[in-house]
Amino acid sequence: MNEFLSIIQNSLIFKNFFLVLSGLDNTILLLSISLPLGFVLALLFALGRVSKIVLLSRTIASYIFIIRGTPLLVQIYLIYFGLGSVKFIRESFLWYALKEPFWCGVIALTINTVAYGAEIFRGGIQSIEKSQVESGLSLGFGKFLILRKIILPIAIRKVLPSYGNELILMVKATSLVSLTTYMEMTGIARKIMAKTFAPVEAFIAAGILYLFLNFLMVQFVKYLEWKYNPHLRLNN
Amino acid sequence: MFKFDKLVFGDAGWGDEFLIATLMTLLVSILSMGLGLFLAIITVWAKIIQNGITRFIANFYTTVIRGVPELLVIYLIFFGGNAVVMSIAKVFGYNKYIELNALTIATIAIAVISATYSSEVLRAAYLSISKGQIEAAKALGMNKFSIFFKVITPQVIRHALPGIGNVWQITLKDTSLISVTGLVEIMRQSRISSNVEHSPLTFLITAAILYLCLTTISGRVFKTLEVNYSKGFSA
Repeated sequence: MNEFLSIIQNSLIFKNFFLVLSGLDNTILLLSISLPLGFVLALLFALGRVSKIVLLSRTIASYIFIIRGTPLLVQIYLIYFGLGSVKFIRESFLWYALKEPFWCGVIALTINTVAYGAEIFRGGIQSIEKSQVESGLSLGFGKFLILRKIILPIAIRKVLPSYGNELILMVKATSLVSLTTYMEMTGIARKIMAKTFAPVEAFIAAGILYLFLNFLMVQFVKYLEWKYNPHLRLNN
Repeated sequence: MFKFDKLVFGDAGWGDEFLIATLMTLLVSILSMGLGLFLAIITVWAKIIQNGITRFIANFYTTVIRGVPELLVIYLIFFGGNAVVMSIAKVFGYNKYIELNALTIATIAIAVISATYSSEVLRAAYLSISKGQIEAAKALGMNKFSIFFKVITPQVIRHALPGIGNVWQITLKDTSLISVTGLVEIMRQSRISSNVEHSPLTFLITAAILYLCLTTISGRVFKTLEVNYSKGFSA
């Protein structure tokens, strides 16, 4: 038994696992800022997208079109390499954020998830039956109250599964931030590979951690779905 | 800041390089989409035949690949692929060094990722065909082969086209990750050009515009195909 344990402990995957684990906090740090920020902004953008102000709706539509039509890697590079090459940005206060790969990553991920999230929420908002809003009006609700008590709860509940998909895509997207020298899990795995020349062991260790992270995310979304859909529970 | 005059064709600019890079992106996308669809058909087959082992393998494959970042899959295949191919070759008694070229590795890596998405789309499309159709074909005395090609395939194509269009867009954008392997496609070309000209903004915006064109045009193509394939069905 002890022999078996020592074989495992000396194996490369086991050692790499803990090395990659030290990058987990950086990955989670990226997500902990960009996901909540992305959620709030996506809701606001979705509301702007369905609003009757044509200019606002058009602007947001073209923003969504551009972000969804280009790869995330282009967006990250544009912010990290592109904006950093502009002189007046380097001299402005923005440079305090943009010189850090971490903040470039957060900005790029947020910009990206807002576009996808806004489109998801728009679908949810537009799928609400008119009668629901009308019954709110007949009860004398104001516009804001209808939004807060009727439109948003129903819309968010409806799009939870697809927004959950977007959350998982975001977890995976954090790996791209490693290409801007930010040391999260993929970056560390790559460094290990360069040191040990054992690519498979390094990337499998990282892969297991990402799978675990995504598993937690799926459970979290499942819990939210269970919590906000009490009428769909089989046994109360 | 901007050096868009450097985008002319010929020796003075990067226009022709970007054209070739765009064609390379398209080539990788089309090849890996094709290979991905082939892998997806096998995966779907493994999931729908009543066999626990094949279903487990197929489910394991789709769950793992979809739960792991694309970049990691590409790194794994790019850095680990040669070792795997060489160890397979060793079994057949070939001991020399083998190196797969970048295009092959890129195609395989993107195909492995895109197949997981395609398989979900194809499986849903297959399941939407009612059993009565296949029974009716059997009653007419059609064999398995013609049932597959004359009854199942046309309907699967019609049901799956919108989803396949989405997968194509994802695949097209995923090819940008291939730049880490050194294959010169749009992303890699824009990095090379901006390093030479010291103007990242110019060439990254060029890359963004090229990707935007590719996704928009192919989106239109898929819309047309959808209209064509759903003739006689009210949407």
